[in-house]
Amino acid sequence: MDTEVSRVDSKTNGTTSRPLPAENTDDVVIDCKINELYYGTFKAVRDTQIPIKKNSITAFIGPSGCGKSTVLRCLNRMNDLVRGFRFQGHVKYRGKDIYDRSIDPVAVRRYIGMVFQQPNPFATSIFNNVAFGLRINKFKGSKIEKVEQALKRAALWDEVKDKLNNSGLSLSGGQQQRLCIARAVATDPEVLLMDEPCSALDPIATRKIEELMLELKNRYTIAIVTHNLQQAQRVADKTGFLYVDTTAGGRTGYLVEYGDSKQMFEDPKEKHTQDYIRGEFS
Amino acid sequence: MASASSKAQLREEVASWNPGQIWQAPTQTQRLLDSAFRRLCVGFAAFTILLIAWLVLEIAFRAMPAFREHGLGFIYGTTWDPNKAQYGILPEIWGTLYTSLLALVVGSAFGVAAAIFLSEGYLGEFVFKILKRGNLHAHPVWGKLPERLELLLKNLIELLAAVPSVVYGLWGLFVIIPMIRPACNWLHAQFGWIPFFSTTLSGPGVLPAVFVLSIMILPTITAISRDALASVPPKLRMAAYGLGATRWETILGVLLPTAARGIFGGIVLGCGRALGETMALAMLVGNANRLTVSLFSPANTLAALLANSFPEAGAKEIPVLMYAALILLAITLVVNIVGALVLERAAGKAVAR
Amino acid sequence: MSKDNSFSRKELNSADNELVQNPFAGVDFAELELSLYRPRTLFTIILSCLVTVMTFVALIPLFAVLWMLIWRGGQKLSLALFTELPPAPLEQGGGFGNAIIGTVIMVGLATLITVPLGVLTGVFLAQAQDSKLAGGVRFAAKVLTGFPSILAGVFAYGAVVLAMGGFSAIAGAIALSILMLPTIILTSESAIAMVPAKMKEAAIGIGATSAQTALMVLLPTAMPGILTGIMLAVARAAGETAPLLFTALFSNYWIATNGQVELMPGCPSPIRSNSPGQRRWCLFLSS
Repeated sequence: MDTEVSRVDSKTNGTTSRPLPAENTDDVVIDCKINELYYGTFKAVRDTQIPIKKNSITAFIGPSGCGKSTVLRCLNRMNDLVRGFRFQGHVKYRGKDIYDRSIDPVAVRRYIGMVFQQPNPFATSIFNNVAFGLRINKFKGSKIEKVEQALKRAALWDEVKDKLNNSGLSLSGGQQQRLCIARAVATDPEVLLMDEPCSALDPIATRKIEELMLELKNRYTIAIVTHNLQQAQRVADKTGFLYVDTTAGGRTGYLVEYGDSKQMFEDPKEKHTQDYIRGEFS
Repeated sequence: MASASSKAQLREEVASWNPGQIWQAPTQTQRLLDSAFRRLCVGFAAFTILLIAWLVLEIAFRAMPAFREHGLGFIYGTTWDPNKAQYGILPEIWGTLYTSLLALVVGSAFGVAAAIFLSEGYLGEFVFKILKRGNLHAHPVWGKLPERLELLLKNLIELLAAVPSVVYGLWGLFVIIPMIRPACNWLHAQFGWIPFFSTTLSGPGVLPAVFVLSIMILPTITAISRDALASVPPKLRMAAYGLGATRWETILGVLLPTAARGIFGGIVLGCGRALGETMALAMLVGNANRLTVSLFSPANTLAALLANSFPEAGAKEIPVLMYAALILLAITLVVNIVGALVLERAAGKAVAR
Repeated sequence: MSKDNSFSRKELNSADNELVQNPFAGVDFAELELSLYRPRTLFTIILSCLVTVMTFVALIPLFAVLWMLIWRGGQKLSLALFTELPPAPLEQGGGFGNAIIGTVIMVGLATLITVPLGVLTGVFLAQAQDSKLAGGVRFAAKVLTGFPSILAGVFAYGAVVLAMGGFSAIAGAIALSILMLPTIILTSESAIAMVPAKMKEAAIGIGATSAQTALMVLLPTAMPGILTGIMLAVARAAGETAPLLFTALFSNYWIATNGQVELMPGCPSPIRSNSPGQRRWCLFLSS
């Protein structure tokens, strides 16, 4: 299998658009190709193509402001909420472009779930938080079973099983984030997007969630954004490194390198990646 | 746009990916509910704007017959005689403006004073000093007393606005008028040559009405002014104190000018309330259709005229009353719009800073 | 201490030692004293006292009014007040039971009309913050807060009474709802805007439609604030008289005994019949 990575010519600091070499595309769940992405007149991202593979964890790393969260939010159409958002390119989920006019963004968000940076449980009981997804999908079966299943998958069941009616906001930060993960996996989405899920948490909670991610990847496909290189190293199968291009005056992000995490961290091919990973800039 | 059949195909395809899955695209019902809900929200919101238009148009429409018959002479006529079909509301317009202006002067003086008292926290400081004497200021329960008392004071002043208009009217009739009558008649006897004191107070009149009216608009002015004063950035106050200004030099030189727009907006809104106030004035102003400057003489306001004449009005009188209502509407709308604009500018300035 | 604050060079040199020993040499401490005789201090104290006095004077009417109600109304307080009809003119006794029911019905109707209108408008305003329509609606609501109550009655008269051909509780309810609407709109907007943005994002991220987000997340979370707004509006409407004078009129009979169901009494109106005991209701309704 050809594991050559897509290259960006860092000397000219622009893309010489070489097509993605023949990787095994059977297991690509989401194929994201962004030519240009704008928020109003601000060009946020350019020339980024990342495949998200099934049952694996793909990490986006890069310095702050390089558009990692933007790219992630493109994958489930969360950027629609921002005024002035538009982009050229496509995001194909199982071969269908989710930005096609006939596709309902609400539907997209139902089969691509998201966990945010700050834990954000609803102001109801823990049970209702997890059952929220079940309710809006008109799930007819036994809610309590599914809630239990989801909480077990999020490794939270033991801690809350006797206080399911307590408010979701009464949990600690790490527990709240696990509650949000349970809420996201309750409906069994195919893909889970996680936007810096551990940045608001202490190291112990972080470790728990990382273990969780490694377990969850057997069942779901996960894409995470992280600014913690060690986390990406521990957790991710594939990593994409994005960097900021300031040549045109603004701050435009673009994909510098993408490949197997192991290889990228041990032997990065691009100079920017080398600098970043070896810590010469944040 | 994709056709209905390809949408259905899409849906089937999605359903086949993972049999038994829980997630599904929104159903038809959910979609309908969603767009209906959104349209309803927008519709209701637009209705608010349409409501104002409808209010004006309805009253104007009903006033048309009277307008055609009496024209603009209605506004500056001074006789009100239903039998002779002679109508003029100049005394009422004058009464409305006069009572409101006087009430505004008194009400804003006391209102701004109360706002300053609240925003400077005099009560809290005073109680804190007492607590400190008794060494209770750090006590878990007693220590909270200053804040609680400040909050209580603020709520008491807002409670002034909660008393219904009729109750104030009754209070004015049974308590205030008897109370001030001796003093007013004394003033008339001594200083009758001053136009303000040129009649005796034989019952309801301008002064009791102004008295009660200023109490009624005080809470509005205090609330808005207090907010305006509280939104002055603390660093301005610190800067003034740091330069050696005394407390009142700071208030008069720095705080009041900075909060001036907000306070002005509050006063304008208080004026709007005063102009439209009905029940208390209907009981207290005397309902006499005369133009007068005397504080002790009975007079009439537009709102009181409407309140007293409408219930027994015959079909001929209704359009005339509607005309009067239209005038009142015009006056209050203008004042309220100006007040709202001033407040928005003041808030916008604060945000921009 | 030298009263002379200026230092010549010579003095500086020779004053060097002095300054080291007594750094405050040359400073006039009398200037720093806090004294009532200084004009600035006097000014401050007088104004502070003035402001304090004015504030408490402003509060006197509140207590005076409450005292009057308790004193004059309390004497007549009895169960009959709530269950009987008003007496014939010049008679004693009786009560204002019909007035209470009338108030409840009209305020209830007005609430039913206003709450959906106002809360959904609040939802719209909180979601579409910057659009021109939202700005216009907010401005309209602010202008409506100061709308005179008598004009609401006049409008209801023109729109409902003349159109329907008679007085009714519906006319009164419509007049009251014009007065309640702005309060409910503005308080629900601020209550919904206070729901943290991340909670709303979570709902959207999980695939809820706008309606589902609003109904299942925003409204339940903002409910305490919205209820406060509704209570404020109801309290205001319950005490209103002017709009009801010529929309609902007032009758001295119960709703049922009088064959005409539309003729319903307005609560504050019996006040004008000057019966002392009937003032008692204000205490309850205005709190």
